[in-house]
Amino acid sequence: MEFIQPVLDYVVMNKEFLFMIILSIFLGVEVISNVPAVLHTPLMSGANMIHGVVIVGAIIVMGSAESTSALVLGFLAVVFGTLNVVGGAVVTDRMLEMFKKKKK
Amino acid sequence: MSLEIGILELSYLIASIAFIIGLKRLSHPEKARSGNILASVGMGLAIVCTIVFHDSVGIENKNLWLIIGAIVVGLIAGWYIAMKAAMTDMPQLVSFYNGMGGICAALISLIELPHYMHTNSFTGDLNTGFMLAVLLGLIIGSVSFSGSIVAWAKLDGRLGDVRSQAMSIVNLGILLALLGAIFYIMQMNDVKGFEDISMYIYLLFGAAIIYGILFVLPIGGADMPVVISLLNSFTGLAAAMGGFLYDNLAMLTGGILVGSAGTILTILMCEAMNRSLLNVIIGAFGGGGSSTKGQDGDKIVKEITLTDAGISLSYSSKVYIVPGYGLAVAQAQQICKDLTKLLEDKGVEVKFAIHPVAGRMPGHMNVLLAEADVSYDRLVAMEDANSEMASTDVIIIVGANDVVNPAAYDDPGSPIYGMPVIQALDAQNVIVIKRSMSFGYAGIDNNLFYHDKTRMLFGDAKEVLNSLSSEVKMN
Repeated sequence: MEFIQPVLDYVVMNKEFLFMIILSIFLGVEVISNVPAVLHTPLMSGANMIHGVVIVGAIIVMGSAESTSALVLGFLAVVFGTLNVVGGAVVTDRMLEMFKKKKK
Repeated sequence: MSLEIGILELSYLIASIAFIIGLKRLSHPEKARSGNILASVGMGLAIVCTIVFHDSVGIENKNLWLIIGAIVVGLIAGWYIAMKAAMTDMPQLVSFYNGMGGICAALISLIELPHYMHTNSFTGDLNTGFMLAVLLGLIIGSVSFSGSIVAWAKLDGRLGDVRSQAMSIVNLGILLALLGAIFYIMQMNDVKGFEDISMYIYLLFGAAIIYGILFVLPIGGADMPVVISLLNSFTGLAAAMGGFLYDNLAMLTGGILVGSAGTILTILMCEAMNRSLLNVIIGAFGGGGSSTKGQDGDKIVKEITLTDAGISLSYSSKVYIVPGYGLAVAQAQQICKDLTKLLEDKGVEVKFAIHPVAGRMPGHMNVLLAEADVSYDRLVAMEDANSEMASTDVIIIVGANDVVNPAAYDDPGSPIYGMPVIQALDAQNVIVIKRSMSFGYAGIDNNLFYHDKTRMLFGDAKEVLNSLSSEVKMN
């Protein structure tokens, strides 16, 4: 029972997160389950942009950085995160631009 | 509770909703573009609000300008790289930006851990959910980073496939060591500060980087889209770990959403190639393929002159074009479209047979041909094209190889056996435009090229198609 108690404590302490995680997993599956093969690549690229939300974490961690090393790493983290967001969005848009209905 | 926190949390909620609706829209052809824009706007809102209401999340003013500076640098570089790249380079670009997200998540863990262990809230207990999230964010982010960079280098042609039996054993060892290290660190007692565990953390970081490299190196180039999709969902998970650290629901929902959607997408891609995910990761392309090697020697390829090819096309009633990566590399999509036009003026029906994974990514060919103004209804999906093959006079294969390899249905020993392919041999005549007799991305020979029906036109796809157009014009 010694091992079970901490696990149960975890579950109780983080129950909102656990609910959120489980529901998000099902949502993610549901949202893209009927995607045509043509859109696989743009969809991957769009999802790539969305996980760029990690930049919010980078901004927060950079904000409270004190030592020089933390400042440098934080600066890099924000640059990389921005690259992910901006690059992902632009690449996705450029790909999807190609699917525009052509007027005849 | 202050107003600022309220607005900040609201912005995260709106961002999460934008991600969900954006992703949903991305799976419909007509709505996809608006979906991407919606998700981007949500992202922008979350970023701006985090900066504007920085006080409420504990950002010091002195760091604020550095943050804004970093964002400007990333904005300009990200925009520039993405706009400058050719459409053919999009697959590796997705991989590159994915890697950026991965390293960002890893760095967050690397900075946050010492910071947290110096604060008063640190009690010396490492067996916490916080610690687990930090370590997982570090490991998953690092694997995603190094794996994506290797995938990028491979797609960019900077790196070949490296395979060895030892690699998978080493990799399994590293994976077990990483998991063991997580448990070991979390069980540690008497930890006063970060200095006590820093060595383990850096080792963990290094080992995760190496794991990512070894994980992607042996995987065949043709499987790269699947790997990138998988790494994409890894980065999603790493971002979600960050959300757990900061009680940040936008990061959590966004990350998990990408993690699960990415996993499903990975499985869908595998299905399109008729392979299992396990099969891709373990790398069946590495081992098999012996049966195709033994029968070399008496294989003869037959070339055709441009004039003959031009005549043959001009007097056909139905022509299919199979575009492949060679077409993309040669940037021949425009001239391909011109040839289509010329033939149509002569009353020839021209269509494109699109293999789901032609090129380097699913949908890659659709994007390229759409760029050249080829109308959507001329692009025929593989299954439908195959059913029309028997009534096709000439099928022109432009820089495609593995997706037309008959070994996929007649050679059970071939590593690509079972993969659905375009059955070019069902057509009356086959013309193959190819640079040389080199193998396709799967690294295996293709018996189609030696078949009686097949005639070869060697050269750069763009040049050959150009000359072919002039020939057709003269007829």
